[in-house]
Amino acid sequence: MDLYAENILDHYRHPRHKSVLKNPTVTHKEENVSCGDTVELSLSMKDAKILEIGWSGEGCAISQAAMSMLSEELIGKTTDEALSIATDHIHELLGVPVGPRRTKCALLCLHTLKNTLRAAKNEPVQSWTETVGEQ
Amino acid sequence: MHYDVEAVRRQFPILSGGICYLDSAATSQKPNIVLRAMDTFYTSQNANINRGVHALAEAATVAFEDARKTVQRFLGAKHAHEIIFTRNATEAINLVAKTFGRSLAQKDRIALTLLEHHSNIVPWLQLKEEKNITIDWIGLETDGSLNESSIADVLSKKPKLLAITGVSNVLGTKIPLKEIIKKAHANGTLVLVDAAQMAAHEKIDVQDLDCDFLAFSGHKVYGPTGIGVLYGKEKLLNDLPTFLGGGDMIQTVTTDGFTAAELPRKFEAGTPAIAEAVGLKSAIEWIDSLGIAAIAEHEEHLLAHALEKLQTIKEVKVLGPKDAKKIASCISFTVDGIHPHDLTQILSEKGVYLRAGHHCTQPLHNHLGVVATSRISVAAYNTIEEIDRFATEISHAISAWKK
Repeated sequence: MDLYAENILDHYRHPRHKSVLKNPTVTHKEENVSCGDTVELSLSMKDAKILEIGWSGEGCAISQAAMSMLSEELIGKTTDEALSIATDHIHELLGVPVGPRRTKCALLCLHTLKNTLRAAKNEPVQSWTETVGEQ
Repeated sequence: MHYDVEAVRRQFPILSGGICYLDSAATSQKPNIVLRAMDTFYTSQNANINRGVHALAEAATVAFEDARKTVQRFLGAKHAHEIIFTRNATEAINLVAKTFGRSLAQKDRIALTLLEHHSNIVPWLQLKEEKNITIDWIGLETDGSLNESSIADVLSKKPKLLAITGVSNVLGTKIPLKEIIKKAHANGTLVLVDAAQMAAHEKIDVQDLDCDFLAFSGHKVYGPTGIGVLYGKEKLLNDLPTFLGGGDMIQTVTTDGFTAAELPRKFEAGTPAIAEAVGLKSAIEWIDSLGIAAIAEHEEHLLAHALEKLQTIKEVKVLGPKDAKKIASCISFTVDGIHPHDLTQILSEKGVYLRAGHHCTQPLHNHLGVVATSRISVAAYNTIEEIDRFATEISHAISAWKK
């Protein structure tokens, strides 16, 4: 994987939507326990639609850049649309092949998004196995 | 005597491709002679041990028991039957936690240090869960050495056992074991030494140390995976209840019960890793042929050079002692602005292999206030040129990342 890929470094250095929302509908945090990377996602929602997004996080370039890239696509999406985002899409966003050792870095954003939406619906969170297994 | 590192390197087939392997604290590479020893065992001696009287069974049994005697000499143990073969250091520590631990009760205490690897933490935490015992932690100085007053404080609570590493697998800190063991014994505390990180870098003499138990892994001392060792004082091992049940560990079995075999078989249920024991024997003989003191001296040069190089890079922060005489095996560090996983991946693409993460020491990383670090670790086959190459690649990564 080319970690120097310009889009990855750009998002890592200048993360989009990395801010605190004033009155989020829901906030949820996930961690990649094997490396300690974290992402906390806040969404403002109305009628099951994402109006605003803010997030914070710490970790490697892959996990943080992927969250930044994903954040650019979420506003205006319905819960169902956001829940249907597949792992392949995150790989497309990153644009470089991600090896098995870094898969969870890449998918931390998606895992957090899905569980934030589940939290908003008062549903139990899904496991990493489910997130990684969804094609 | 001149230490000919190129001659050492040539004995490691995996290194011939020009990789810069700086992850020997995770597992060391294996010299040809170890691979050949295991091959020879399988091609000419393979049979199950301790059963059957045919020639091969006897040859295999002799080879396995020879390996035990070699380990006995390596550790300076009084008896060969004080050497128990396990899968690895983790299993050796678990053996003690699960057998010695059986007699513990709620009021009892176990002492650990913040430097411990998860393998010397979790078995005791499991015991805490099971028996509601108390775990006391020996704290650290800012440079990663053990805090003296914390040692005194923890030992004054008279723990039943202190489980302590010989060398930190993160900071490389060398622990003054003999002194601490003496203090522990004065308080009636037994001592288990986790020598997984130490065994390849320092001469061990269990009788001189007077430790009660000691554990190490074959794969970190140039031997194969799947074989580890528990040393225990004869009387203590005799007094412990049995661990895993099965073939080999019994004297007699009836429909009502069993009697345990004598040491060492009491703790070696099932067919052991025979070829791996043979490989470990060969690895220890290989270390002896170079001399562990000569290896340690060579590694100290490498670590001193690495400390010097790393400290010239302003973005690098070295964790732990900055004096190569105080450390063995490894150095951990962080680089401003580059996550350890990113750094390791960038360097990996340049053929420089190090470790990133929490190195199975989350309590230590919490104490240091960092989630993850990068670590280089050295072995007999590493060169000054490799340390230079590593430092150059770190500098390249920093400038490329920051442009």
